[in-house]
Amino acid sequence: MWYYEKKLEYPVKVSTCNPTLAKYLIEQYGGADGELAAALRYLNQRYTIPDKVIGLLTDIGTEEFAHLEMIATMIYKLTKDATPEMMKQAGLDPHYVNHDSALFYHNAAGAPWTATYIQAKGDPIADLYEDIAAEEKARATYQWIINLSDDPDLNDGLKYLREREVVHSQRFREAVEILKEERDKKIFF
Amino acid sequence: MHTLRKYYHPYISPFDPCPPIKVKGYETPPNLYMGFQPPSLPQFEPKKALAYGTLWPALYSPYPSPPVRKEVNE
Repeated sequence: MWYYEKKLEYPVKVSTCNPTLAKYLIEQYGGADGELAAALRYLNQRYTIPDKVIGLLTDIGTEEFAHLEMIATMIYKLTKDATPEMMKQAGLDPHYVNHDSALFYHNAAGAPWTATYIQAKGDPIADLYEDIAAEEKARATYQWIINLSDDPDLNDGLKYLREREVVHSQRFREAVEILKEERDKKIFF
Repeated sequence: MHTLRKYYHPYISPFDPCPPIKVKGYETPPNLYMGFQPPSLPQFEPKKALAYGTLWPALYSPYPSPPVRKEVNE
């Protein structure tokens, strides 16, 4: 089970009215390497991974939901006061037609989130390598969004999220090292 | 030489509906340990290499793992 704390993991501030940024940020909300995909991937894989690394997947999967909440807050702030005309200028008119200013799990190109974005192979090494790859892809996505954004306050939050991808990748690599260690040899012959 | 298969004891609940599998295993193929392949490694003779799919014993990863390592499940 989970406990909920009614606050964000890191403060989200958006200083410029630029709904176009929401169009980019939605990639990290409902995209293939977004926070939703990450959370669901890790929290699902943990059932069939050796006990030593279950806790890591629980912790990181949970933190991904905290990141999802930050991204949602950014998108919400950028679109809640946008008029239909502003949404149109931001290239968000298809989103507006479908959802008004509601958030939805789709990527920057409008493709809805799908479980085919994630995998649970059951082989611990294969699953952890997928997780490492996902973290690196999410890091790259944050870099490209930061490159497109000229809002320093928004970028501050994005830089924090990018740094967390770096740390998560490192932890998954350590998990691989744990699974590579020779142990429990004595009980076999 | 590293083992190509590792084993662990998963948590077993007293309320599990099915008889527990007490030991589970997973593959750790040799490429996990090699890093950048060093030069001049020993090679299989050509016919064996063709059959195995690799020139180098250091990268040979038989599957399922050789039956010499029998799993003890108690």
